[in-house]
Amino acid sequence: MSWLTPDINFKIISPELIILIVALLVLILEPLLKGRSKNILPHISWIGVALALVSVITLWNREELGFNQMFILDNFSCFFKIIFLSGTLLVILSSISYLKEEKIFHGEYFSLILFATFGMMLMASSLNLIVIFLGLEIMSLCLYILAGFRRYDLKSNESSMKYFLIGAFASGFLLYGIAMLYGATNSTNLKEILIFTQGFENPLFLFIGLGLILVGLGFKIASFPFHMWVPDVYEGAPTPITAFISSGPKAAGFSALLRILLFAFGSLHIDWSFVLWILAVLTMSFGNVIALSQTNIKRLLAYSSIAHAGYVLVALVAGGDSGISSAMFYLLAYTFMNIGAFIIIIFLGEKKVNLDDYSGLVTKYPILGITLALFMFSLAGFPPTSGFMAKFYVFSSAIKSGYTGLAIIGVLNSFVSVYYYLRVVVIMFMRAPVDEVQKVPIPFFLGLALLFSVWGTLHLGILPQSFLTLAQNSIFSPF
Amino acid sequence: MIDYCWLVPFLPLLGFLLNGLLGKKIGKKLAGWVGCGSVFFSFLVALKIFSELLSYPASERFFQKTLFTWVVSGNFNINIGFQIDPLSTVMMLVVSGVGFVIHLYSVGYMGKDPGYFRYFSFLNLFVFSMLTLVMADNFLLLYLGWEGVGLCSYLLIGFWYEKRSAADAGKKAFITTRIGDLGFALGIILLFWTFGNLNYTQVFSQAPSVLSHGGALITAITLLLFLGAVGKSAQIPLYVWLPDAMEGPSPVSALIHAATMVTAGVYVVARCHVLYELAPLSMGIVAVIGAATAIYAASIALVQNDIKRILAYSTISQLGYMFLACGVGAFACGIFHLFTHAFFKALLFLGAGAVMHALSGELDLRKMGDLKKYLPVTFWCFLAGVLAISGIPFFSGFFSKDEILWKAFSSPHGGFLLWLIGFITAGMTAFYMFRLFCSIFLGKSRVEEEVKPHIHEAPKSMTIPMIVLAILSVIGGWIGIPHVLGGKEHFGKFLSVVFEKGPETHGIIHSAKAESLLMILSVLVVLIGIAVAYLFYISRPQLPKNLAEKYKGPYKVLLNKYYVDEFYNKAIVGPFINLALWFWKFIDVAIIDGFANGSAYILGWISGVARKVQTGYVRNYALSLLLGAVVILAYFVLR
Amino acid sequence: MITLNHYLALASILFCIGIYGVLTRRNAISVLMSIELMFNAANINFIAFSKFITPVFLTGQVFAVFVITIAAAEATVALAIVILIYRHHKEINVDKINFLKW
Repeated sequence: MSWLTPDINFKIISPELIILIVALLVLILEPLLKGRSKNILPHISWIGVALALVSVITLWNREELGFNQMFILDNFSCFFKIIFLSGTLLVILSSISYLKEEKIFHGEYFSLILFATFGMMLMASSLNLIVIFLGLEIMSLCLYILAGFRRYDLKSNESSMKYFLIGAFASGFLLYGIAMLYGATNSTNLKEILIFTQGFENPLFLFIGLGLILVGLGFKIASFPFHMWVPDVYEGAPTPITAFISSGPKAAGFSALLRILLFAFGSLHIDWSFVLWILAVLTMSFGNVIALSQTNIKRLLAYSSIAHAGYVLVALVAGGDSGISSAMFYLLAYTFMNIGAFIIIIFLGEKKVNLDDYSGLVTKYPILGITLALFMFSLAGFPPTSGFMAKFYVFSSAIKSGYTGLAIIGVLNSFVSVYYYLRVVVIMFMRAPVDEVQKVPIPFFLGLALLFSVWGTLHLGILPQSFLTLAQNSIFSPF
Repeated sequence: MIDYCWLVPFLPLLGFLLNGLLGKKIGKKLAGWVGCGSVFFSFLVALKIFSELLSYPASERFFQKTLFTWVVSGNFNINIGFQIDPLSTVMMLVVSGVGFVIHLYSVGYMGKDPGYFRYFSFLNLFVFSMLTLVMADNFLLLYLGWEGVGLCSYLLIGFWYEKRSAADAGKKAFITTRIGDLGFALGIILLFWTFGNLNYTQVFSQAPSVLSHGGALITAITLLLFLGAVGKSAQIPLYVWLPDAMEGPSPVSALIHAATMVTAGVYVVARCHVLYELAPLSMGIVAVIGAATAIYAASIALVQNDIKRILAYSTISQLGYMFLACGVGAFACGIFHLFTHAFFKALLFLGAGAVMHALSGELDLRKMGDLKKYLPVTFWCFLAGVLAISGIPFFSGFFSKDEILWKAFSSPHGGFLLWLIGFITAGMTAFYMFRLFCSIFLGKSRVEEEVKPHIHEAPKSMTIPMIVLAILSVIGGWIGIPHVLGGKEHFGKFLSVVFEKGPETHGIIHSAKAESLLMILSVLVVLIGIAVAYLFYISRPQLPKNLAEKYKGPYKVLLNKYYVDEFYNKAIVGPFINLALWFWKFIDVAIIDGFANGSAYILGWISGVARKVQTGYVRNYALSLLLGAVVILAYFVLR
Repeated sequence: MITLNHYLALASILFCIGIYGVLTRRNAISVLMSIELMFNAANINFIAFSKFITPVFLTGQVFAVFVITIAAAEATVALAIVILIYRHHKEINVDKINFLKW
């Protein structure tokens, strides 16, 4: 057996390297710095994220394989890394004041977020099930800890434990599925699996493996019936982490799902599309219907996040170029509007999470009230916001692929969703403020993050073409 | 600069954003500067574009600048793009130029209003929408601007929303034009359905080959588009909103309801002249509606007493002239009249505003008179406007109106009857304008005693815009002096590239003699109108009263505007409300609400029950996950 | 002779025991141990497939090594969380930790 020198191309993993180095740097600096000097840690972190973002952009339009075909650099992965990094950037910026308020300002918070981001980036770039699993676990382990980051809070502890137990349980399924797939195709490489699935005979193992992988990733994207953890974890976790979990990991799960379903199993679309059709319908309907009766805004957004996963699943069922690109566009739009909505909740703090606490918000904080209304409109899918365009592309891709019924169910679902999103707006605008607590100025970095998400929501809504073209150029092509 | 044509609408948009978001922070003075400055710079850019356009040979004066592609969905794509050609340039200049002057006037006029910032941001938004409308290179963007100006008009008519009549007028304007807009939207949809595209160049170049001359489809499209124009430009039968729209501030009336927005309909008909030329029937309808509106509105204006309403009816009548011109195929003449009308009608409204300003908001001309010595500047400016609109030779209105009358007579689409209507209207116009003028400025003072001591000339920021517009009202027509009078007709030539296929260039009876004869006739009728007005309101003021006594019936009909508002209320609004009530009571409440409430109730109930699925027990969650896995695997295995 | 099927049967039995444990155990540590069983079931699969199907390539065995590492890391995190819970609740019965629901 000949010994192969490992082929290492550091250039193609430069964004990941930057994130990793910054995460380690923050971790090392945390015990070294004392007192006020710790304040630089978040700034180091977000600057690192911004640098990684720049390096992703410089890697645009290249297509390279590395690390024994385990790692792939293509526009698809770059697009997803842009989603992850923007989400991470927004979360870090909006966490600073929150952490001080909650007295949990520790450096490892940022380093855990960065490690989780690293995991997501690995998932988006992997061409091998091993790397997908590794990335997923790196991400998840960090998130389990982050969910319980308010150590003194019982709810936070509980959400951390539930997230961990169900997450590990789902990982077990995923792992077993990967093992089955490996047994069926003799490889864990997606390209080789693709070649295998294009053949004539597809053993049962293959489908068992696929089904179990669907379970494992369905957990990450919060698809029905693997979504049960979502409301509890979202409610209990610190709000910035809720924002984080609802955007990046979900997108990462979708990136892996897109690669596995539409790349490796692309030729077996008929075989799995029915399962996803059912999942999409149930996910949308379940999320939207239960959200109707929620009174806690974090929980409400949790169910809304389930529903949105359903919309993206519609794009996956549609498949094809337009399905992939619309799913990617949707996830980008969702990142901005969802984190944007959470930023306002972050600002108001953990004690004000009931819808009643939002009465008359607009008279007290006009800017926050109006922006939250904007995000709610976007989540509900009103033009001219990104939410409308995203839904428009998803449903039109479904119609294009002949899934008109699915598109109609989706549209009906977004009608239902209008009710609970607008309820938030109505409460903010129409009701008198409840308390006379001192008005607090909006912290600079939180305001910056808010501005960034407003920009994203409006830009994608008014001038969607630029990003849509970007998404269309990012579709992976079968080798 | 043509590459930067997007600056023209962008600058007012910037002004809107600045004033709308930061108005209160930056203070009144700066807000006024932002409001005026943004439009002024946009005017400068438009001027530069115009001069650059002139440097190209006539046939090459056409540019389409695509800013970006908005949506691509299959073979349907929408560009945000602007078209620069002589027609849009003329409109750009009018909108930004007159717009700037009126903004300047507003600084003085609205100076003490608490809604100052709101006012300027709306006005800037209007200018932006109007510029988008005239510069668009496709029907969708046109429609966007079209709706935008409608919205701004609604907001500005109801600007003093605490006043019930103002709020009602805003609603009336919005709803009435909406009827037209519905037709307009249908027309655009029909265009898209026919051509699969909404770009001007593509639609207009394919139209002659795709649509048969005089066919049903093209007639339907053009009539639907014209329905939109009828609503927006206040023609019969949808004109009723414009007189009420005078509830808004005077500068708004001047800008939106005289100079620019209401002419959007004329612009659209002229822009789509290729389509209209394919549909002779539609052309005929345009001409007839235009002529009928012209004489009808003029007759109402004869006896009204509210100065702004007189001007409103006069605007409707003048718009009728423009449609008459378009209907007989003389599109360039219509645009020329639009151009001159923008100056003198804006001037008249600003003058009316200055009079109101002096008399603490008085609008009834029976309570005016002899204001000449108090308001000398307003007097002279108003005189210039009145002479221009009446069509006194060598004032701007003379050239444009006479050309329309001549084309109405001589064009193959025209005829003697159309000319006659226009001709009589010209006489009536002269009469009511001088009636207005004499009642305000000359004769005996009938001003109420308590108002008298406060009469004062307007501040400089108001008089200077009037002076500028007065000068333009005098000389504005000189760029289009017809050949008969030794002119070069620059204006028509400039626009001829756009309308080159128009029938006006061929088939017209070229007879200098006939043209001069008609010109002399129309001057005569104008002079008669003026003489009668002088007789009635200066030398023998009791005469009109006697006349009104004697012809009580017709006078009452005219005074009550032919009872059209009442008719509409009884015949359309009343039954409509009843129908709506019925719908509301029986269909909406009982069936739809029942269904909606019922489904909302059921969904809410389901939601309340289903949420209990989330028991909070980890083991249950794991079980749900397992069940999902089992079902999926079972599907794959048993399939 | 022990064939591939024997290994697969063993793995699936182990996997099911793991699932059963997760569903029935109330002690958080026991649940964790059951999950470890599931991971190890997958590991057996990997190694069996590697041995019988692709004896030349070590993909499956390498994967198993990775999984063992991850499982160790996971156990660390899990124990930390459990200790945290124990401090506040003085117990680790997952059924009693039930504030978040509906």
